[in-house]
Amino acid sequence: MIDLSKITKSYRMGEMELQVLSGVSLAVQKGELIAIMGPSGSGKSTLMNIIGCLDRPTSGVYRFENREISTMTDDELASVRNSKLGFVFQTFNLLPRFSALKNVEVPLIYSGVPARQRRERALPLLQRVGLGDRMDHKPTELSGGQQQRVAIARALVNNPPLLLADEPTGNLDSRSGEDILKILTGLNDQGVTVIIVTHDQNVAAKCRRIITLKDGQILDDRAQA
Amino acid sequence: MNFFETFRVAFEAILSNKVRSGLTMLGVIIGVMAVILLVSIGEGARVYITGELTGLGTNLLIITPGKTSTSGGFHPPSAGTVRKLTYDDSLALRRRAWLLTDAVPIVLGTGKVKYQNRSRDTTIIGTTIEFERVRNLFVDTGSFVALEDVDGKSKVIVLGRKVKDELFGDESPLGKVVMLSDARYRVIGVMRKKGTSLGWDIDDVVFIPVTSGQELFDTDGLFEILASTPRAEDVDRAISQIKDILIRRHAHKEDFTIQTQGAMLSTMNTILGVLTAVLGGIAGISLLVGGIGIMNIMLVSVRERTREIGIRKALGARNRDIMAQFMIEAMTLSGAGGIIGILIGVGLALLIPVFVDVLPTSVSLWSILMAFFFSAAVGVFFGVYPARKAALQDPIQALRYE
Repeated sequence: MIDLSKITKSYRMGEMELQVLSGVSLAVQKGELIAIMGPSGSGKSTLMNIIGCLDRPTSGVYRFENREISTMTDDELASVRNSKLGFVFQTFNLLPRFSALKNVEVPLIYSGVPARQRRERALPLLQRVGLGDRMDHKPTELSGGQQQRVAIARALVNNPPLLLADEPTGNLDSRSGEDILKILTGLNDQGVTVIIVTHDQNVAAKCRRIITLKDGQILDDRAQA
Repeated sequence: MNFFETFRVAFEAILSNKVRSGLTMLGVIIGVMAVILLVSIGEGARVYITGELTGLGTNLLIITPGKTSTSGGFHPPSAGTVRKLTYDDSLALRRRAWLLTDAVPIVLGTGKVKYQNRSRDTTIIGTTIEFERVRNLFVDTGSFVALEDVDGKSKVIVLGRKVKDELFGDESPLGKVVMLSDARYRVIGVMRKKGTSLGWDIDDVVFIPVTSGQELFDTDGLFEILASTPRAEDVDRAISQIKDILIRRHAHKEDFTIQTQGAMLSTMNTILGVLTAVLGGIAGISLLVGGIGIMNIMLVSVRERTREIGIRKALGARNRDIMAQFMIEAMTLSGAGGIIGILIGVGLALLIPVFVDVLPTSVSLWSILMAFFFSAAVGVFFGVYPARKAALQDPIQALRYE
């Protein structure tokens, strides 16, 4: 499903050139549940951004469902993000002025789904994450765990094959974190490929494959039971 | 992303910050209002003045002594260095210029009219009977200056309505004697009430025979000769006829000027058209300032919503979706401001003449359309830069923005 080959990424900081990823090769099969770990500055967020089509690699080849991503235009990347990927962020990133339901509908706006159908598709997802009775609440009226569940519903609304979660439990207390993790693993059981970037050993322990990054390279890539 | 959705998002963004949106709109409202108001005042002046001039008849020819190269609406007072126009010139024109229906000699001056212990400084016009017809001013009671009065240099006087009211009140002035610079004049008529035209009070005037006027002002020249043709098409031929006759009488020199009412009308139209354009242009500057206000607030808005832009992009918004969202927001601000400005501007333009009767206004459709399209264009022009800035945000940077 995902095929990364010798990916590098470097940023110019004035005169200095900062190499964040130096030759990452990685293959992900459909239906995997993967944790990406590593210390701060190891390049895991950058790798996540590249996998999530938010950024292009400096060199190397990235193929997603056999399509070459590295050479796509901004609009083509936007379309891949919209229909193939779901994002869950550490800071939830809901739109503050919109209700929970409207937030879940946002990706559908950009895939051109008419307003009535958007509602019909968004509501069951909110119910699935247990927030059917909170659909009219603004993000500020929801707890962190509830906001993250709205974010997951939003990530799923276009039925993407791949879910990317960047420290999804980082801003939550342990109980809410466990709930979120349960939802994510549950989704994986239903066939969605899930990649989680995390510091948390407990989170990683739930995953079947753990990739450890250090200094922009893969230090360790192992499967666990 | 369809248009309706984009519009709704923009509308929600505007409503979420009512005071700021309102103040931004106010800039455009004032600009559009100023354009409409000032243009309608300029247009009002043009419509009023051309209406008054047209009311005098476009077949009117005005012959003044002295040669001027311009054909402006104002005749300069004759300098006296050239040969004067005389009463005999007017008689010659009347006799020989068969294209003219009238050739009315006019002397003009000011003086004090006295009746018993009351007096009034007024305009004195020396002329003949034809004046009535040429200038469309008629006697109400009594009679106007007759040809015999002119031939006999009679001391007779016709009073304008205001002069009559001032000197006589409700008393009938016919047959009474008034003093005009130590000479006794018998009142033979009172003019119909006419009011003010182009700043000149037509009722504040007295008429005497042209010959008596020349004696009164101690001159053998005329202020002007008014002539008219029966048809507007004859004006050009009439002009050359007048020239032929007068040049022969003036030792083969063209030392007079012939102006036509039509030419004055078009000159006036041009001058007032320029005036209107200048007023509109000045008001347009304030609309431009309003546009800068929109750009300013849109830049703030883009910065504030950087994170929102990042989120939308991560969820699949294309650059043009973001661009459209901010463009429509800017255009909604300027468009709504434009419509409100038009309503207020038109309202004020219609109200002004009710309260200030010296300020006629004329609301023209083109000024409304121009103001609206200009304000919409302001929205587009000043919205593009902030919207582009929003659209080209790097999604990762935007998502990290606090």
